[in-house]
Amino acid sequence: MEMRDLYQQVILDHNRSPRNFREIEDADHVAHGDNPLCGDKIKVYVKLNGDVIEDVSFHGSGCAISQSSASLMTIAVMGKSIAEAEQLFHRFHGMVTADADQPARRKELGKLAAFAGVREFPARVKCANLAWHTLHAALCEHAEPVSTE
Amino acid sequence: MQPRIEPDSTTGTIDIEQIRQDFPALHQQVRDKPLTYLDNAATSQKPKQVIEALSRYYSYQNSNIHRGVYYLSEQATAAYEAARVKAQRFLNAANPAEVVFVRGTTEAINLVASSYGRLVLQPGDEVVISAMEHHSNIVPWQLLCESVGANLRVAPIDTSGMLIIPEYEKLLGPRVKIVALVHVSNSLGTINDVRRLVGLAKEQSAVVLIDGAQAAPHMPIDVQDIGCDFYTVSGHKMYGPTGIGVLYGRIELLETMPPYQGGGEMIRSVTFEKTTYAPPPAKFEAGTPHIAGAIGMGVAIDYLEQLGWDFVHEQERVLLEYALERLATVPGLQIIGSAESRASVISFTVDGIHAHDIGTIVDQEGVAIRTGHHCTQPIMDFFGVPATARASFAFYNTVEEVDTLTKALMEAREVFGR
Repeated sequence: MEMRDLYQQVILDHNRSPRNFREIEDADHVAHGDNPLCGDKIKVYVKLNGDVIEDVSFHGSGCAISQSSASLMTIAVMGKSIAEAEQLFHRFHGMVTADADQPARRKELGKLAAFAGVREFPARVKCANLAWHTLHAALCEHAEPVSTE
Repeated sequence: MQPRIEPDSTTGTIDIEQIRQDFPALHQQVRDKPLTYLDNAATSQKPKQVIEALSRYYSYQNSNIHRGVYYLSEQATAAYEAARVKAQRFLNAANPAEVVFVRGTTEAINLVASSYGRLVLQPGDEVVISAMEHHSNIVPWQLLCESVGANLRVAPIDTSGMLIIPEYEKLLGPRVKIVALVHVSNSLGTINDVRRLVGLAKEQSAVVLIDGAQAAPHMPIDVQDIGCDFYTVSGHKMYGPTGIGVLYGRIELLETMPPYQGGGEMIRSVTFEKTTYAPPPAKFEAGTPHIAGAIGMGVAIDYLEQLGWDFVHEQERVLLEYALERLATVPGLQIIGSAESRASVISFTVDGIHAHDIGTIVDQEGVAIRTGHHCTQPIMDFFGVPATARASFAFYNTVEEVDTLTKALMEAREVFGR
């Protein structure tokens, strides 16, 4: 495995300049997530219009995989329905965990397919998933902070 | 820039390659590269002498101790108790009964907090720790203070990673019953002048525990000279097996302390009305102990003593100096902690690259380093970093391995386009 297969240009780009890296003051849902092993911390903000994610953003600090994953996630779910977002999470999760990847369906993930290489690095899967778990918690209104442990 | 120190792996008359032959784990390929093991502060590799002792025990000596009247049990008991005497000598404890075998430093501190802490602490009393403690020397005291209504006070460190002694002294008031301090910081490498720190605490008649998990692999320990009441070590950090460690406790304290766990081995007599306890150390060794582990730890002590502290110290000093010099050549690399007196442990960050990404990239070159908060989150908060990378060296490491790390860090910068 080449390092550039993991650290693809799109991942490095979103790590350097994360999109939707801001707070949403009138967010309907906010959730915290953290990865206690590496100290990654994230806060995901969601503003809904009915069933549709009208605005989504994040704040926090972490490794390139967790930061770029959060950034690309906000772009992927912006304007989507809650059900569509959950479905994307499901597919993304399947792609980064070695046992459930279906390469044929990666196309549906668009830019998120850049994280396919993560499956080769079991210790880093939780970095890629952190933002998604936190979004899921925000949408489900979990009171407790999400932890990857 | 040319290294100031000659990259010569030999020190004195001991050939480092010959020493490395004792450590089977060092001779393997990981990710198609020779393993460069620089995570010794997490756990050290084991010499074959230790591995063979474990195998020999399970092959030929395995039996339960302190109860059989048959040959095998007598042999195992003698080997287990001989390991206790080795640990006593290693720590320079006055009496083998002051050596309690435990799972490791974490269990040792929990034992003291639960048993001694609950015995003496009154509401409003204070426990003093430092800002550079490992979570295992924070959380047991927090739990204790919460349950008895005592207060946990934290002595601050400066930006070099050294304890601010005048601030520590200010905390040592009449309500302080227990002081618990780390000997060598696992994330900064700082070596505390524990003899002096214990002396200051003793002026207030506080009982002092020293967490020696990171000190024991690097330097000779003399608990009588340090003057502490408790001292803790973990076998696996000093070339011994996992799951075994030692709590040293002054016999006068161990005698007054209630048991930590109840069960077999720790009793004198049991009836349903009343149980009386065995004297220390048995009082604190309920159940069948890690017999093989204790024997293996004894062999690790033999191994260290045969190598000699002069060799260990010199080899680690060369590695530390060379590593500090080489790492300084990596652009954007910052070393966290610059204590005058330090062990061969270096925490660092690289601008624009999170520690976790560094860890993954250098791993591709076969380099094992630790990344994260090293179970010292308050230190990370103090230095304002979410995580650091940490390289920690043992006497069996070489300057060539330092070069491999440096090269791998340059590659990490390249991957990140820095």
